[in-house]
Amino acid sequence: MGFPFTPHPRETTVLSKHFGDAEARTLDGWKARGGYRALEQALGMDPLAIQAVVKDSGLRGRGGAGFPTGLKWSFMKLGDGKPHYLCCNADESEPGTFKDREIMRWTPHALIEGCAIAAHAIGAETAYIYIRGEFTEPLDVMERACEEARRAGVIGKNAMGSGKRVDVWVHKGAGAYICGEETALMNSLEGKRGNPRIKPPFPAAAGLFGMPTTINNVETLAAVPPILVNGGEWYKKMSRPDNPKSTGTKLWSVCGNVMRPGNYEVEMGFPFKEFLYDLCGGPPKGRKFKAVIPGGSSVPIITMEEADRALMDYEGMVAVGTMLGSAGCIVMDDAQSIPRQVARLARFYAHESCAQCTQCREGTAWTTKILERMVAGDGTAEDFDTLMSLAEDMTGKTICVLSDSCAAPVVSGLQKFRGEFEALITRRTVHTVPAIVA
Amino acid sequence: MSHGPSATGGSAISTAPNGHSSEPYVPVFTGETKARLDALLERYPTKMAALLPALWMVQEARGWVSPEAMAETGQVLGLTAAYVKGVVTFYTMYHQHPVGKHFVQVCTTTPCHVCGAEDVVKAFLKHTGCGELGVTSADGRYTVIEVECLGACGFATPVMVNSDFIESVTPEKVPELLKQYG
Repeated sequence: MGFPFTPHPRETTVLSKHFGDAEARTLDGWKARGGYRALEQALGMDPLAIQAVVKDSGLRGRGGAGFPTGLKWSFMKLGDGKPHYLCCNADESEPGTFKDREIMRWTPHALIEGCAIAAHAIGAETAYIYIRGEFTEPLDVMERACEEARRAGVIGKNAMGSGKRVDVWVHKGAGAYICGEETALMNSLEGKRGNPRIKPPFPAAAGLFGMPTTINNVETLAAVPPILVNGGEWYKKMSRPDNPKSTGTKLWSVCGNVMRPGNYEVEMGFPFKEFLYDLCGGPPKGRKFKAVIPGGSSVPIITMEEADRALMDYEGMVAVGTMLGSAGCIVMDDAQSIPRQVARLARFYAHESCAQCTQCREGTAWTTKILERMVAGDGTAEDFDTLMSLAEDMTGKTICVLSDSCAAPVVSGLQKFRGEFEALITRRTVHTVPAIVA
Repeated sequence: MSHGPSATGGSAISTAPNGHSSEPYVPVFTGETKARLDALLERYPTKMAALLPALWMVQEARGWVSPEAMAETGQVLGLTAAYVKGVVTFYTMYHQHPVGKHFVQVCTTTPCHVCGAEDVVKAFLKHTGCGELGVTSADGRYTVIEVECLGACGFATPVMVNSDFIESVTPEKVPELLKQYG
C-alpha cells in the first residue's frame, strides 16, 4: 500500500523511504540517514561533472513535461558574469497530484539538498522554493528545515565549509493554479500578477529578474541527491529493458474511486493493471473501474481497456494515447458520469485561466457553459461540433498550455465516452448509477 | 483567480457591512512587522519581489487586505496602490473584504467531486448557518467557499479552516469539526 500506509512489497522506495518518519524531518535525523553526503560531494565537484552524472542517469522532469533534467541544466551559460537563479516549483496544484506535498512534509532536507546541488550545478547562488499558499504544513516544515540548515552552515554564504554560497529561500504563493507554469511562477515570485510569459526568451536566457534561471519540480530535485551518491548507472537500471528513455522511480498519486488512495513509488515501466488492482486494491466494493486520468487532470482520459495494457513510464502512457504528466492518477468507477466529471474539470480550467489569451479566457468559459448545459439535460446535437471546434481553438494557440489542458479531457471524453454524452441529448436525462454488484 | 466577466462566474465573497470603518487607518508596517519585512527584502534583488510576502503580513495582522493597506504596502515597497491592487486581485487567497472569524474552504475539484465533496459543502453550509457560499453567517463566525484543488486528492475531502489543513472530511464529521472553531 502506498503512503500513508506501509509500502507495498512491489514498491521501490527511494524518495518515499522516510515518509512517515518524523525524525527524518530534522537535520540530525536526515544526516543520520545519509543526508547531505551528496551535497558535500557535489560542492567539491565541477558543475559540468554534476550535470554529466544527471544527464547519464536519464532523469526527466517530474512536473509534467518530462524534459531531461541534465540537458535543461546545461542550457545555463556558466561564467557569463550574471547572477543565476534556481526556482523549485512546489506550486503543486494539478488536480490528482499530491506527491510533492509529502516530499516536503516528510523529507524537507532532501529537497533542500537537491536545490543546493542543482544551484551549484547551474552556477547559481540563490534558490527559491515557490510553495503554493494553501500548503500550510509543508510551508511550515520547509521554512523550519531551511532555517535549521542555514544555522548549521549547511547552506548559506559558506555552504558546508566549501567557500561556496548557496542560499535557499521559501516563497509562499497566494492561490493560483497558473503559477505552476514556469514563467508565471517567475512573474509571481517577482511580485507580479502570475501571467505566463511569451517564450522565447526561455528562462535559461532571461528568467527570474531577467537573469538565467532553471525551474525544476520538487520530485526532480529530490531525486538528485540519491543519483549523485549511487551514480547514473544505478538510476538507469530502474526501467524496463526495452525502454531506456524513462529511468528511475516515480511517485504516483492515486485518488478517486479506489480502495487504497495514496502515494506509491514504483520503477518506470511498471504494469498499470497490476498497479491499480494489486497495489491500489482495485475499485470500491461492488464497483468496477470505468476510466482513468493517469497523469493529472491535464492529460487525456483513458478507458479501462487502454489502462489495462499501459506501462507506467513516459512512453508507455503515450502508447495508449495519454501522458504520464505529473502522475496524478484520478480513477473513476461505474457510478460516475463522465460528462459530469468532464464538465467539472472544464470549470476548474475556466476558474484558473489567467485570462490573458482570448482562446483560453473565452474557450474555457464557453466549454464549461456548454458542458454544464448538456449535463443539465439541455444539450443539442450541435454541441459536439461546437465543443470540438472550441477545443481546436484552444490547442497550440495560446501563450501557455492551460487551455490545451482543458481541451484534452474534453476531446478524449467526447471521443471515448460519446455514448454517455449522446444519451444526455436524446434522453435528456442525467446519468443513472448502476446497482452495486455483490 | 479573479478576472473579468466570464461565462461561469465564480464564487463571490460578499462585503460585510463593517467593511469600511470611519476610524483612522493604523499602519501595518511598524515595529516588529517592519523589521520582518526589512529582513525579507534581503532575500531578493528587487523590492517588488517582497510584495506577496508583504501582503501575507497584512492579512495576518488584519484578517483581510483593505484598500488602505494596499496603499500602505505600495508605499513601503515603492509601488503604486493601483499596482498593488492589480496583484491582490489576481490571487484567490487575499481577502479583499472582511470574512468570518473562521474561513472555511472546501475542495470540490474532480478527484474530490467523485468522492462526494458536494455533500461536504452542503454540510458546512447547514451547520455553520451560512446557507450560501461566500456569505458570512449572521453571527460573523463563518464564511464557507468552494476552492479549486487543494492538492491532497487522495484524502478526499480536504478542507481548510483558516490556516488549518484537514484531510478526509465527510459530511458526518462536519458538526464535530466545527466545535473546534467556535
